[in-house]
This record gives sequence, structure tokens and C-alpha cells, in this order.
Amino acid sequence: MSYIVEINNIAMNYQSPNGEIPAITNVNLKIVKGEFICIVGPSGCGKSTLLSIIAGLLKPSSGSIAINGKEISGTCEKVGYMLQKDYLFEWRTILQNVMLGLEIRKIKTNDNIEYVNNLLKTYGLYEFRNKYPSQLSGGMRQRAALIRTLALKPEILLLDEAFSALDYQTRLAVADDIYSIIKKENKTAILVTHDIAESISMADRVIVLSSRPATIKSIHNIKLTCEKRTPFCSREAPEFRHYFNTIWKELDVHV
Amino acid sequence: MSKHIEINPSKERIQYLKARKRKKFLISLTQIMLLIVFIAQWEICARLKLIDPFITSQPSRIVNTIIRLYNEGQLFQHIGVTCFETIVGFISGTLLGTAIAIILWWSEFLSKVLEPYLVILNSLPKIALGPIFIVWFGAGTTSIIVIALAISLIVSILEVLNGFLATDEEQIKLVKTFGAGRLQIFTKVVLPANLPVIISSLKINVGLSWVGVIVGEFLVSKSGLGYLIVYGGQVFQLDLVMASVIILCIAAGIMYKAVVLLQQLFIKSHI
Repeated sequence: MSYIVEINNIAMNYQSPNGEIPAITNVNLKIVKGEFICIVGPSGCGKSTLLSIIAGLLKPSSGSIAINGKEISGTCEKVGYMLQKDYLFEWRTILQNVMLGLEIRKIKTNDNIEYVNNLLKTYGLYEFRNKYPSQLSGGMRQRAALIRTLALKPEILLLDEAFSALDYQTRLAVADDIYSIIKKENKTAILVTHDIAESISMADRVIVLSSRPATIKSIHNIKLTCEKRTPFCSREAPEFRHYFNTIWKELDVHV
Repeated sequence: MSKHIEINPSKERIQYLKARKRKKFLISLTQIMLLIVFIAQWEICARLKLIDPFITSQPSRIVNTIIRLYNEGQLFQHIGVTCFETIVGFISGTLLGTAIAIILWWSEFLSKVLEPYLVILNSLPKIALGPIFIVWFGAGTTSIIVIALAISLIVSILEVLNGFLATDEEQIKLVKTFGAGRLQIFTKVVLPANLPVIISSLKINVGLSWVGVIVGEFLVSKSGLGYLIVYGGQVFQLDLVMASVIILCIAAGIMYKAVVLLQQLFIKSHI
């Protein structure tokens, strides 16, 4: 079986004048195409660092990342990244914002422009393409940010706490929305979150990280009995509470 | 801002709008009255010999002086020279300041190396360099523009550089995930995010450039408003001094307003 993402024995140390801080040690993970992976862990444990390494933004101290069996150095066009906030640029219209990646990669071809326009149409933003981000609602902005990432046709999406900046109600709606788009476009996704419920509701597998230096503590295969596997309906599944309690205990939260 | 016309405004609303209008009108009225009263009492005191117009000048004599300058064809020549020097001063100060800020943003090493020099140059009163510029660039327009430039340059560099460095790291991370290099990070994020900073530095430089130009004209020139002021002082023609100061006030006011309008126009077209 071939894996779309292979994380091989990653370790990461941060250097500072005051000393060396080990952030991640000995992380191994293999992900198959179409899988939705959630990574949870105590705050400050190095979740986002791991994601930055997979994205090629950070070079790990040791170990390697392989995408489709090929080892990466630097950013890879098969990987799309979504940040905590939408970070749409206020000085660009929605259309100009979603074109940003194509502009930077210098692949603003007619085919790609048409692809972006189709994405905007499919996901209900086409009428808003000439508006500025401040004129859109939080959910629409997040959707625009996703289209900006999808414009480059990535096979793997990395989501770094992608919903945590939204208020709770919007967050549930946006999670449903983004999840269905990711599934529809048949992308592989890795979501980093500190929200246990969110991770269970979306993931095929939940990876629990230990506190710093982060390493994989356990992996849970999420199997829920519900009619439609959407994040919102998943929360109603009978097994949901069981998973929640197990992961909660593993995270070992102390206040 | 959306302006909506109310078809049937409530009584309370009408009263509110009326009160607002009245307040605005009162403020404008008082502003104009203040000016009129000031000019009038100046003229009256001078006519009644309560003050000596030889020392304080007087409004009617100032007006006559301006008319005389106009008839001799000198008025717009002096205004033109000074305005030209000022405009060249603040535009070159802003452009050069931004250019140097770009270089310092690009090379963290260079910016760290130059930091103490910039701090010292920033605290130095640049007017002290006037005589040096005159020796280097000659007693003329070039020296005056260089003095104006020197006054605004360092502040511009520091302000624009601080803006560049304060660019949201996450926005930079975003374009990095698309594979952007340093040049693209600059053109796609850092520069557009900081255009408001550059425009506001332009606004500050207008004021600084006036200071530089007038001081420069005090030191070397043969024409311009600064020259008229210093010449008038030397020959004890206070009418000429006062007339020049008033023209200066008006010119500086108009130029500032023009830059503010430019800024508003820019902001409107960008957001």
C-alpha cells in the first residue's frame, strides 16, 4: 500500500540564546489518500510546529517527510495550508485574494482561472468576487480562504486550528461546510486542533500528542454509527462520548 | 458609508439633525469671527497709534505690500520657488526614505549594523548641517532642497522600516505556503500592507520640508518666501515680513490639505 504522506522519525529542536528546546521527538505517521487526520495535544506541545514541518516551512532537526513517496525539501505544490484566521488581504477583492497562490506560483493560466471561477460558483462566492473581505461574513471569509488554498489543486490540506478564530455557532457551521468541501474534492486533510469534540467529529483517525517534547501518545480509529458522516451529525453518534472521555483522559489536562 | 434617505424621519430625529447642524454652524461662525476680530483690532490699534505699525505692521499695509509684490511681478515667483523646493523636498524625502527602508528590511544584518547611526542622525538637529551642504552643493536651490531632504529623510526611514517590520507574520507565512520568495513576500504583502504608513509619512514630511526650505532660504537664497522674510527683517520692513508669513501660512495650509485629499482618495480607491 502506498501512502500519500509519510512522516519518518521527525525530531525538532528550537535554538535560542538561552538554550535548546526540544519541541518534537520521534514522530512517525503514515497517511493514506483521502484520509482525514486530526492531531490533538496539550497547548504549546508543538502541534503547529509539526504542521509547519509537513508543509515544508520549517526544516526538521532530523527525520524526513515524503509526499507520494518523494522526500520534500521546502514547500511542495501538492500541499495546501490553512491558517488559524483567514488572512484575506484587505487591499484585494475576493477574486484577487483567491488568485494569490496562482500569482505567486506564476501559473495564472486560463485553465486555472476558470477552475477558480468554478470553485467560486460551486461554493456560492461568485457574486461576491468583486467585494472586499470586510464586506463578507466570517463563514464566507473562511470559505474564500479555502478556495484560495484549493486554487492550487493541492492533494493534501493542512489546517492549523482553522476554525478556532470563529465564534462557537459559526464554527460548527463552518466545520460542516469545509468538511463537505474537502470530502467532495476528495482531498487528504490533516487538522491540528485543541478541541477534542471537533477532532472526533471530523476525523477518520485522531492522533494524540504528548506534552513537550511532543511524540505520538496514541492513535484512535474513529468509527461512528450515524446516517450521514458530517461533523454535526457525528456529535450525536452513541460512540462519540466514549471517544471523548478516552482522549480527554489521555490529554491529562490539569488546570 | 451608506447614506440612506429617510422618508419619514421621527420628530426626535429631526431635532437631532437640527441641533447637529446648528452646532457645526456655530463652530464655523466663531472660527471666522475670531479671525475678523483679530485683524480688525490689529488695524484699529495701529490707526489709533496704540501700537507702532513700524514694528507690528498692520493689515492694510500688509495687503498693500502683497499688491505691490504682485504688480512688480514678484509675488508668484517667490511663492513658486518656495513651493517647488518644498514639494521636491518632501517627495524625494519620502521616496528615498522608503527606498532605504526597503534595503534595510531586506538585509537584517545591514539594518542592525546601521541602527546606532540612524539613532544618532535622527536626534541630530539637521539644520546644523546647513553650512556643510552650502559648501558642498553651492549657495542655491540644490542646497535648500538637500536641507529639506535631510530633515525628513531619517524620520521617513525609521517610520517606514518600523511599518515593514511590524507586518503580520501570519500574512507572510500565508504567502510562504504558496512558495513565495523574499521579493514576492515584499511585493505581495509587505509593501501593500504598508502603503498607508508611507502615505502618512508623506504627510509628516510636508511639514518637515517647509521647515527645511525656509531655513535653507534664510541661509542662502536670492528668492523665495524665506528670502523675503529674512530680507524684510534685515531692512526693517515688517510689512514685508508679515506679508510673507501670511502667504506662507496660506501656501502651507493648501499643500497640507492637498496631501490629505490625496490620502483620502487613495484610501477610498483601496478599501
